[in-house]
Amino acid sequence: MGQRDYSPFGADAKRAVESGLTAAEWYHTDVPRKVMKDLMARSDSPAIRDTVLLYGLMIAFAGAGIALWPTLWSLPFWLAYGVLYGSASDSRWHECSHGTAFRTPWMNNAVYEISSFMIMRNSATWRWSHARHHSETYIVGRDPEIAVMRPTVLAKLILNFFGIIDVITFFPNLIRNAVAGPTAAEKTFVPQSEWAKVQRVAQIHLAIYAATVALAIALGSILPLMVIGLPRIYGAWHHVMTGLLQHGGLADNVIDHRLNSRTVYMNPISRFIYWNMNYHVEHHMFPMVPYHALPRLHETIKADLPAPNRSIAEGFAEMWPALKRQLFQEDYFLKRELPPTAKPYREDFHQYVPGMMAPKAAE
Amino acid sequence: MPWIDACATDAIDEEDLIRFDHGGATYAIYHGVDGKFYATAGMCTHEHVHLCDGLVMDFMIECPKHNGQFDYRTGEAMRAPVCVNLKTFPVKVDGNRVLIEVP
Repeated sequence: MGQRDYSPFGADAKRAVESGLTAAEWYHTDVPRKVMKDLMARSDSPAIRDTVLLYGLMIAFAGAGIALWPTLWSLPFWLAYGVLYGSASDSRWHECSHGTAFRTPWMNNAVYEISSFMIMRNSATWRWSHARHHSETYIVGRDPEIAVMRPTVLAKLILNFFGIIDVITFFPNLIRNAVAGPTAAEKTFVPQSEWAKVQRVAQIHLAIYAATVALAIALGSILPLMVIGLPRIYGAWHHVMTGLLQHGGLADNVIDHRLNSRTVYMNPISRFIYWNMNYHVEHHMFPMVPYHALPRLHETIKADLPAPNRSIAEGFAEMWPALKRQLFQEDYFLKRELPPTAKPYREDFHQYVPGMMAPKAAE
Repeated sequence: MPWIDACATDAIDEEDLIRFDHGGATYAIYHGVDGKFYATAGMCTHEHVHLCDGLVMDFMIECPKHNGQFDYRTGEAMRAPVCVNLKTFPVKVDGNRVLIEVP
């Protein structure tokens, strides 16, 4: 495969459609219907508990930060608040976009809108981009949420630990959306019926940022921006750290989530911030299973999956060398070993891209 | 349109569904929480995904791929990303058999 073209209008996108890759059926581990029904069951109580805890902690940390401002004693409170604002909002946005966090629809929608604002995503646009991410996960040119493109731009990855690239690209796009609706690229995955909503959401977000900046100018202090906006920069590191592990260094243009997604065991604090999305193979294979049931799903199907990484550090130790190697060898990816109990990777699933499963490309 | 014998009444748990293929088409047959049976087209209107692997909650069927939801009594699309309604088909119970009227 030559140099990858990630444009939705590019050669790789066209090839993915023409080859049948986008219409192919993905691999799923067999799970008995009764077991799956139990795993899919919805409940409000785990997400209400977690949401009260999350927003309660945010109010407490921000309150302490404001009370101690501008002394250095406020710093730890801002750091804690920032991670909840700039990282936990990513997982809440994600789970509520699936509509699986709560059983009650309005609760999903309310947390989805708040989280979308905090993580700087247009709630109307990103609902659709994420649907495509699940249909065509890491298919080049088709998946609009490929976090690690090849060849890897390491500087971009590192800058994004501070949200720099995300924020720099967000605001021009926000203004464009507020003035003229979705861009040409966004129109490839957002249905026309939603274009007006994209514009309306952008106008609301823009108005909140404008009011916050106006307040900061009026007070002669960046304090309002410490509460709204800036935490997307100083608290982004955790969601970038966990997000890179989801697919980084693994295969693209395949139709088996065991080849392109990674499950990592994490500490309880990271799992709270990340809302159990560390079980990422499981989530992609069965996106209708709510976050609180993912540990049970993992136990149910783990005999058919590659062994999970045992910690965030171990996940990075596996991924980082692969990303560096992709700087020079774009087709390289980690092909993780399956346990003897698993169904093998199907070579016939992956004939769409010549050489994809060849030993020289996969190790 | 003919009535087709689809399945036994006890073949579907209450608040669940099964897939039924007939004449080159695929259908979904539901056993509602009201004890009644319903039938719709078997594939999601958003993308080519069988609804039979989805979740039935009250009178909703949720697609297993993108969590779009339909009211399976009327076929109405209720939650994004589905925008196009699902086709529904008449159902009747004869003894312990479920019959659907299909083209």
